[in-house]
Amino acid sequence: MKIAVCVKEVPDATARKRIDAETKRLDRSGEGALNAFDANAVEEALRLKAATVEGEVEGEVVVVSMGPERALNSLRKALAMGADRAVLVADDGAAGSDLVATSAVLAKALEREQPDLVLFGQQSSDSDGAVLWAAVAERLRWPVISQVAELTLDGGSLTGKRQTEFGYDVIRAPLPAVVAVADSINEPRYPSLKGIMGAKSKPQETLSLADLGVDAGSAGGQGSRTEVLALSDPPSRGDTQKIEDDGTGAEKIVAFLAERRLI
Amino acid sequence: MSILVFLEHHGDELQKGSLAVLSKAAGLGAGDVAGVVIGSGVERLAAQAGAHGAATVYVTEDARLEAPLPQPRVDAIAQLVAEKGIETILFAQSILAADIASGLAARLEAGLNWQLTDLAAGGNGLVGKQSALGDSVVVDVGWTSTPRIGLFRAGAFDPSEQAAAGTVEHFEVQLQEHSLAAEMVEQAHAEESGPSIEEADVIVAGGRGLGEPEKFALVEELAKVLGGAVAATRAVVDAGWYPYSAQVGQTGKSVSPTLYVACGISGAIQHKVGMQSSKTIVAINKDPNAPIFEFADFGVVGDLHQILPKLTEALQARKS
Amino acid sequence: MRVRPADHPPPFAPSDAIAAPTDPADERIEVGVLIVGGGPAGLACAIRLGQLLEESPGTAERLGDVPVAVVEKGKSAGSHLLSGAILDPRAVRRLFKGRLTMNDVPSYGEVHSEAVYLLTKGAALRVPPPPTMRNHGNWIVSVSQLARFLAEQAESGGAAVLPETDAQKLLVADGRVQGIRTGDKGRGREGQELGTFEPGSDIVAKLTVLAEGTQGHLTGAALARFGLEGSQPQIWALGVKEVWKVAQPLEHLVHTLGWPLRKSSKYGEFGGSFIYPMGPELVSLGFVAGLEYRDVEFSVHDVLQEFKTHRLVRKILRDGERIAWGAKTITEGGFHALPKRFHAPGLLLAGESAGLVNVPTLKGIHYAIESGIMAAEAAFRSLQRGESPGRVGALESYDEELRGSYVMQDLREVRNMRQVFDKGFFMGGALASAMTVTKGKLPPKDFHSEANADRTLIRTDRAARYPAPDGKLTFDKLSSVFLSGNRTRDDQPNHIRIQRQVPRDLADLWVRMCPAQVYEAGAADGEGTVTVEVNASNCVQCGAITAKGGRLTPPEGGSGPEYTIT
Repeated sequence: MKIAVCVKEVPDATARKRIDAETKRLDRSGEGALNAFDANAVEEALRLKAATVEGEVEGEVVVVSMGPERALNSLRKALAMGADRAVLVADDGAAGSDLVATSAVLAKALEREQPDLVLFGQQSSDSDGAVLWAAVAERLRWPVISQVAELTLDGGSLTGKRQTEFGYDVIRAPLPAVVAVADSINEPRYPSLKGIMGAKSKPQETLSLADLGVDAGSAGGQGSRTEVLALSDPPSRGDTQKIEDDGTGAEKIVAFLAERRLI
Repeated sequence: MSILVFLEHHGDELQKGSLAVLSKAAGLGAGDVAGVVIGSGVERLAAQAGAHGAATVYVTEDARLEAPLPQPRVDAIAQLVAEKGIETILFAQSILAADIASGLAARLEAGLNWQLTDLAAGGNGLVGKQSALGDSVVVDVGWTSTPRIGLFRAGAFDPSEQAAAGTVEHFEVQLQEHSLAAEMVEQAHAEESGPSIEEADVIVAGGRGLGEPEKFALVEELAKVLGGAVAATRAVVDAGWYPYSAQVGQTGKSVSPTLYVACGISGAIQHKVGMQSSKTIVAINKDPNAPIFEFADFGVVGDLHQILPKLTEALQARKS
Repeated sequence: MRVRPADHPPPFAPSDAIAAPTDPADERIEVGVLIVGGGPAGLACAIRLGQLLEESPGTAERLGDVPVAVVEKGKSAGSHLLSGAILDPRAVRRLFKGRLTMNDVPSYGEVHSEAVYLLTKGAALRVPPPPTMRNHGNWIVSVSQLARFLAEQAESGGAAVLPETDAQKLLVADGRVQGIRTGDKGRGREGQELGTFEPGSDIVAKLTVLAEGTQGHLTGAALARFGLEGSQPQIWALGVKEVWKVAQPLEHLVHTLGWPLRKSSKYGEFGGSFIYPMGPELVSLGFVAGLEYRDVEFSVHDVLQEFKTHRLVRKILRDGERIAWGAKTITEGGFHALPKRFHAPGLLLAGESAGLVNVPTLKGIHYAIESGIMAAEAAFRSLQRGESPGRVGALESYDEELRGSYVMQDLREVRNMRQVFDKGFFMGGALASAMTVTKGKLPPKDFHSEANADRTLIRTDRAARYPAPDGKLTFDKLSSVFLSGNRTRDDQPNHIRIQRQVPRDLADLWVRMCPAQVYEAGAADGEGTVTVEVNASNCVQCGAITAKGGRLTPPEGGSGPEYTIT
C-alpha cells in the first residue's frame, strides 16, 4: 500500500507574511516550515500505514512537493515524523505556478509514483486557497473526497466522514483515490529524536520539470492563467461606535445589530 | 461576454451565497448571465434564479446527480461551457463549490481566482478583488485567458433583486467514469447543541472580565438566543474556566463569523489575531481603554453582568 | 522587615537537573560529542570539530554514526538569541581561517563611527567614548542571524543540529558526565500525557559541552555537582531590545548612559542603552540594566519605552516602524564570578554560561566563539587513542588554553570595572580610564558583588513615569511578546519554579521585572502574602526570574520566542 502525501513548504507563520511589491508574489525569502495542515495529512498516512502493517500488507509513505531546493528542509520534517521517502520537484521554471500549473506538475509526479492513495492537508496557510486536491484528482481521473475528519481503509476502497455546512457526509470511493483531510482528523505526532536524526539518510529525490516530462510552457508564470495586477490596503473597518452604558447599553446593541441586519 | 453561475442548492432552496454571486454578475451589465442547477428533481428551483438576474437557467437532472458530490458537476459544467462557449464561470464559496471550481479549472485548463470579494469589468475583461494573507492585503487579480473561473468568498455580499427572464433550458450530461466512482453512503444533519466554533455564523466569547467561571452562563445564554457558539480567551482557558476547544486566538482557533460578541475581553493582540476578520465585532468591557474598543464596530463600556442578561432578554423578546 | 527575593527560594534544587541514564542501553541515542546550545559558542565548537574530524577520519570513525550533535531548545538556531550586537571579528576569522572571510558572514557592515551620550530628561550631552567603548574594526551583526549561518556551516561540516530539543537533565554516572536527558513533549498542563505524548530520550556521548548561554539550566547544576562555582556569586543584567525600520539611516553607533536610570546608589540602577544601525534601513536599540536594582516598580521594558521618548531617540525613530522585540539576560559577574574550573570529567563549559562576557565593552560573542574553538580542540585531543574525556584531568588543557588566552586577559583587566559604574555602563570619567590605562592595576582593591536575589527591595512611584503605550512609538508587553514570535503551546506544564505565596513587594517586583508579563499578583490572602499567577506561555525565556528569586527551567522544546533579526 503506497500512500503519497502532497505537502508544501510555506513561510513560517511568525515571519510577517508580506507580498513583495515588485514581483507581486508572496515573499518566501524568510524561514520556511512544513505547512501545518500538511502535518495532519502526513500523520494520517503514517497511521494508515501502521494499520496496514498490522494487517500484514507492506506500506510506504512518500511525501511529494513542488518548491525551491531548500524546501527539502520541510520535507525532512515529514521524514522525521516517519515518512519513508521524499520527492521534490524543484525547478526555477515552476516558480509562480498557479493552480492549473501546479496541479499539472504534481499529477505527473504522482503518476510516476503510482500510489494507492493521495492525501492532502486541509489548506495551505500561505494562500487560503483550499482547492488543489480537486484539480489534481481531475488530472489523475481519480475520485476525490475533501474535508475528511475520519478515514478508514477497507481492502480496495476507503470511507471518509466529513463535516459540511449542513451536517456530515459519509462517502465511499474505490482506490486509487485522492483525499484531503481536515485538521480535526488527528493530532500530528512530535518527531522523535531518532526520527529527526534518521531523516537525513532517508531517500530524497529532486526532480526537474524535464524529468517529469512537463514542458516549461505549462508551468511557472508562463503556464499560469491568472495574474496579480495590483496590491492595496484592505478597507478599514470604519470607526468604532463606543458608548457608555447608562442602563440602555443592551438596547443600543440590539438597535445596532438590527441596523446591520444581523438579527 | 457570457457568464455562468453555479447555483448550489440544499433541500428546497438555492443557497444565498450563490444567489448573491448571481445578482452581482447580473449587475455587472457585461452581458447575459446564466445559472446552472444540477441535481435530481431541481427544476422548481430555477424560478428563484430568474429573480436574481439569470437570463437563462440550465438544468440537468439525473438520479446519479442527487448527492452533492463535486466531480459529476465538473462534467456537467464543462459540457455546458464547451457547448455554449461560456467565458466565465462563477461560484460562491462552499465546500462543494471549491472542489467543483478547482476540478473544473484542471478540466478546462482555466485560471481560477479564489477568496474574491468583488468583481468588475476591466483588464482582460474582468478583474477581481481578492482578500489575502489573513485579510491584511487586497489583491487585484485577473485572468490571462478564457474561460475564467472565480470563487467568491462566503458572505462577501448579499443577493439583490435583479429581475430577468429565467428561461429554463434542460441538458443531458455525459458523466465520466471517475466522476461516478465516489458514492454518498450517508448524509445527516447536525442536531447537536449549536454549531461548532469553526462553522458558527455567530460567536459569543468570554474573557477575564467575567470574573469567575460560573459567569460563563451569561455568555452561554446569549449564544443560545443568537444561535451561536461559545468561545473563550486563553486567559480563562488557562484558568480552567472553559475547555481548550473553545479557545480563540493565536494559539487557539481562528474564526471569522458574521458576528463576534466579545464579553469582558481586553482585546490583546494574541486574541485579536484569532477573530479580527469577523465581519462585525461587538465588545462589552468595563475598561474604556481596553484595546478591543479600537477594532470593534460597536463597543459598550459598562458592566457585563448587567448588560448581558438585559441583552439576552431583549433579543429573546424580539424573537417572540 | 525588608523583603529579599533570596528569602523565598524556588522549589528547585540543582540536583533536580542531574540524573543517571534511565533508558535501556539499546534505546539511548549515542553521539560522539554532544553540544548543548545552538548559539555562537556551541556552533563554533561544532564547526571546529567538523574541521578537525575531516582531517582525522580515524577519530571521526571512533565517534560513531553521529560524531557531533548540537541540541537547541528553540525552534531553530537563533530563535532564542538576542544581543546588540557589535562583533569583534577576530574569533570568526580564526574559526574560518582559510575558508571564509567576514564578508561571507551575514552582517550589517563595519563600524564607522560612534558616539556616547550622557542623557538627562531633556538633553543629550555628547561625551568622549571611554577606552573600553572603541569599536573601530568591529562589525555590526544580528546574533540571531549569525547563529542561523553558523548552524548551516556546522551542518555542512557534518554536525547534526537538533532544534526543538531541550536539555532537561545532565546525565551523570560513575563520577562523570555521560550526556543529557531531553524533555518530554506532549504533556498537558497538569503533567498528564496527551495523545501526542513523546517521552524524552537519554543522549549519551563521550564528551558533553555545555554552551547554554545566560542562565544555563544544566550549567548551574553542573557547577554545583562538581564544585566548580567561582569565588563570587554570578550576577546578571536584563536587556530588552527592539529592531526598527527607520526612515533615515542612522549614521553612527550610539551608546547612552544616565536618564532614565536614577543615579543614587540606593536604587542600584546600573546600565545604559545602545542604538546601532543595521544597514541604512534598520536600527537595533535596547536598554540594559543590572538585576541588582531594588525598586519593585522598576521595569526594563518600560524604561526602554520611556527612553524612546527622549528627543535624541525620537528623532532616530521618526516615521519608523517597530519590527522586532525581545528580551534576554546578560551574564555580568565577569572575572570574579568565573567558575573555578571550566571542565569536569566528560564535561566542558563554554561561552556565556561559563561567564565569558566583558561587561564594560558589552562583548561576549567573540569570547563564546573563541571558547567554542578551544573546547573543540581540547575535545579532539581527549578523543585521541589512549586518552578518554572521562578521565579526571583529561580536559585540563582546555582550562590552560582558556586562561592563557586574550579572553581571560581581557576579563582580568576589567574585573573591577563594575563597582565604579554608578553612572551607567560607559563612563567618561577618569576612574574607568585609569583602570583601562593601567590594565586593571588600579584600583587595587578587588570588588565583591552581592547576588542579585540578595538585594533588599524598596518601593517608589517609578511606574508613574512610564509612558502609556501609544502603539506607535511605545508599546505594551503583550503586543511585544507577540512580536517576538512567541506561539508557545498553552496546554503544557508550567516551566517556571517560584514560591507562589510571597510578600506583595516580591510579587510586584516579579510582575514589573518580567518583560513578557508572565506574573500576576493576586489578592492579599490575609497573612501578609499574595498568590502569584504564572502565565507560562508568555515566557520568552529571558532568565530574569532566575536572578531574582525563582528558577527558569526549559519548557517543551520549540517553545518560546522565534527571533530572527535580534
